[in-house]
Amino acid sequence: MNRHARRLALLIAPAAAVFCAFWLLPMVRIAVLGATGPRGLAAYSAIVTDRRYFDALVSTVALSVAVTVATVIVSGIAGLFLARNRFPGRGLLTAMLTLPLAFPGVVIGFMVIMLGGRQGLIGDLSQHLFGLRIVFAYSIGGLFAGYLYFSIPRVILTMIAAMEKLDPALEEAARSLGAGPWRVLRDVVIPALKPAIISSGAICFATSMGAFGTAFTLATRIDVLPLVIYTDFTYSANFAMAAALSIVLGVITWLVLGLARTLAGASAAAAG
Amino acid sequence: MSTLAQRLRFGPRLRFGLQLFVTLAACVFLVAPVLMSILAGVTRNYFIGIRSGLTLQWLAQVWELYRQTIYLSLQVALTCVAVTLVIGVPAAYVLAKSRSRLTRLVEELLVLPIAVPGLATGLALILTYGGLREFRASWLFILVGHVLFTLPFMVRSVLAVMTTIDLNTLEEGAASLGASFRQRLFGVIVPNVRSGILAGALMVVTLSIGEFNITWMLHTPLTQTIPVGLADTYASMRLEIGSAYTIVFFVMIIPLLIAMQMISGRRRPARIVETADAGAARE
Repeated sequence: MNRHARRLALLIAPAAAVFCAFWLLPMVRIAVLGATGPRGLAAYSAIVTDRRYFDALVSTVALSVAVTVATVIVSGIAGLFLARNRFPGRGLLTAMLTLPLAFPGVVIGFMVIMLGGRQGLIGDLSQHLFGLRIVFAYSIGGLFAGYLYFSIPRVILTMIAAMEKLDPALEEAARSLGAGPWRVLRDVVIPALKPAIISSGAICFATSMGAFGTAFTLATRIDVLPLVIYTDFTYSANFAMAAALSIVLGVITWLVLGLARTLAGASAAAAG
Repeated sequence: MSTLAQRLRFGPRLRFGLQLFVTLAACVFLVAPVLMSILAGVTRNYFIGIRSGLTLQWLAQVWELYRQTIYLSLQVALTCVAVTLVIGVPAAYVLAKSRSRLTRLVEELLVLPIAVPGLATGLALILTYGGLREFRASWLFILVGHVLFTLPFMVRSVLAVMTTIDLNTLEEGAASLGASFRQRLFGVIVPNVRSGILAGALMVVTLSIGEFNITWMLHTPLTQTIPVGLADTYASMRLEIGSAYTIVFFVMIIPLLIAMQMISGRRRPARIVETADAGAARE
């Protein structure tokens, strides 16, 4: 037994050492650093007391919520379509919808420039159709498009998997009992998909909160939290504030993911 | 096929049409810019358009200017796979064997680097180890960031397979035949979790090649990976060069993505989705 336990400890030691030395220790260090700047512990409350940080927090949360809602709706509809219909090219369509999964934020920013930049596709089309060049890549619209771009592929896979588990007979039964399409959606489909919606929505929200590369490439004037942290660190050399804000942001995303896992687990248990 | 036909004939056509429209619109939204950037990368002058002629000059220029970033990305990605294999597979084994409260806690902790934004991890690393000049200036600094970020994916991928096979029976069988632990590990356990190791390795390479948020904080002018070079090009070079460089990135990442999808098609898809997406560190 002892020998067995010792062996297990020895086997996990390298991973634990790397994690402690290069993640846990640095995180503890910046957590302390955040409290030892000119503001002291107040650096941690600056996110709500300081106008600039609070505005950034509000716009980041608002953007992330909007993106999450839009993503869940679009991916839900497309996921339902792909799960329920069999047709030639379905595999290809699914593959195309999940293609951007491995794109980093910078590339996604560039994709938005390709769509809505000064030489973008949408500008070309609108010029052609209305004689007016629409350029949205560098505004809040560009950020929204970029975040939607990296969110759809993640959510859609979860949605397809969840819907394939959903028994169409349940919907048939509701329909034969006289329920209209909206009732079926509201009372049968959405409750059955609730765990998938919660967990993929939370991932989408947390990713949007922490997204840096996309906003960095688009170089918008809208201050999202990760850009504020980066600016404080790089240009103002305000290390303590950048550290405190990173910790706050990390705690937010971690809590959202943890909460969603608990909720999704609970409602999955309730549904099953 | 029949479902589609049935729906067209008997089903509520409007609902079907709407679903089809949303699906196709999402697809165009995701794929059109990819195709456009590929086109822009081989067009002589994108402002004038295709009629200015096709060319490989931008790709040649990218190769000239950014060759080093391709080498470094490959070097970091392959080393990262090696490291995550060596430290991740034993960790997964321990997590599969022992379901104590301590190992649950370790499992939770190991996932933290993907639950917090990469920017925070990068900042923490640079504020803690930035003073070590040699380390800071070497590519190993970037490797450390990538290992932290990819390790959870390797561990989970291997652990997922380990929990589906009867590890204890396999091991006991081998032990009763006199196999030492080392023999059991390399002769029994590793071959049985091959699929998890392969899936994990593919994911680690893919994520490492595409990693930007941590790398951007950790890089120096002499240690630039492809995404770092891309950010640089997008900000300061003409659109055609940025596009050509993006083509290079696509050529590296898309085969990996297809391989990953082929593997996940053979295994339980839900699990792959979970491992592929958990976390906020990505964009």
